[in-house]
Amino acid sequence: MNIFYFIAFLSVFFAILVITAKNPVHSILYLILTFFTFTIHYILLNAQFLAIVNFIVYLGAILVLFLYTLMLMNLNKESEPVKANFIKIAAVIGGGCFLVTIVASIKALGASPAVILKDPSLGLVKNLGKVLFNEYLLPFEVSSVLLLSAMVGAVLLATKDPKTV
Amino acid sequence: MENITNTIQTIPLNEYILLSAIIFSIGVVGVLIRRNAIVIFMSVELMLNAVNLLLTAFSVYHGDASGQVFVFFIMALAAAEVAVGLAIIVMVYRNTNSIDINVLNRLKW
Repeated sequence: MNIFYFIAFLSVFFAILVITAKNPVHSILYLILTFFTFTIHYILLNAQFLAIVNFIVYLGAILVLFLYTLMLMNLNKESEPVKANFIKIAAVIGGGCFLVTIVASIKALGASPAVILKDPSLGLVKNLGKVLFNEYLLPFEVSSVLLLSAMVGAVLLATKDPKTV
Repeated sequence: MENITNTIQTIPLNEYILLSAIIFSIGVVGVLIRRNAIVIFMSVELMLNAVNLLLTAFSVYHGDASGQVFVFFIMALAAAEVAVGLAIIVMVYRNTNSIDINVLNRLKW
């Protein structure tokens, strides 16, 4: 059996657990596992730079930030808000319809050729760095402004207003 | 590394589109069925990652490195989005003592 189908099954399985787990902490832990399977997908596609960045940025920074935020709030299973059952059923039907539409349109496309690595060094740091700093130099610089503004915004929002305290 | 990447050579591109569509739909359902703001936020991350995987698969399929550079930018954007979004959630929690999004329905007026 091909390793791709096994990893794809694990991705879908953990993704379903993320949205069905009652405890928010368990949700985050399942999300970590889901993103780890995504890292394996990137390695299978030989996108080594993205695999490392996904591992460091998502697993190391973003999900740890989620966990810290959750720990700051005193939440547990009892305080977890639950939606009414008919809304859940309607949501699952809506999402299912969305999925069926996309799958039907893929079927209409017909069979596609296999993903063949035309250039084995495509996803390596050396190759991506050349593309990033030649063609995409301006977006790269603009993204630094984006990160700065996000940092300023986060600090501004999260600090307490001294007048109201 | 050679034999790992050889296993992927037999996978049709449609399988990647299918996988990404399934993960994206799970994210959509997660946004709709949960009321915890943090879990909704995590479902959005799930959708973002499904798109990232599809962009990478297309990039490898066409032999064009631009797709992987886009994924890099999306990851930088996701980091900024998470920082601001979690700050907003912390502020909501501080004001309402809850992260139930139904508490926020007064925002519609």
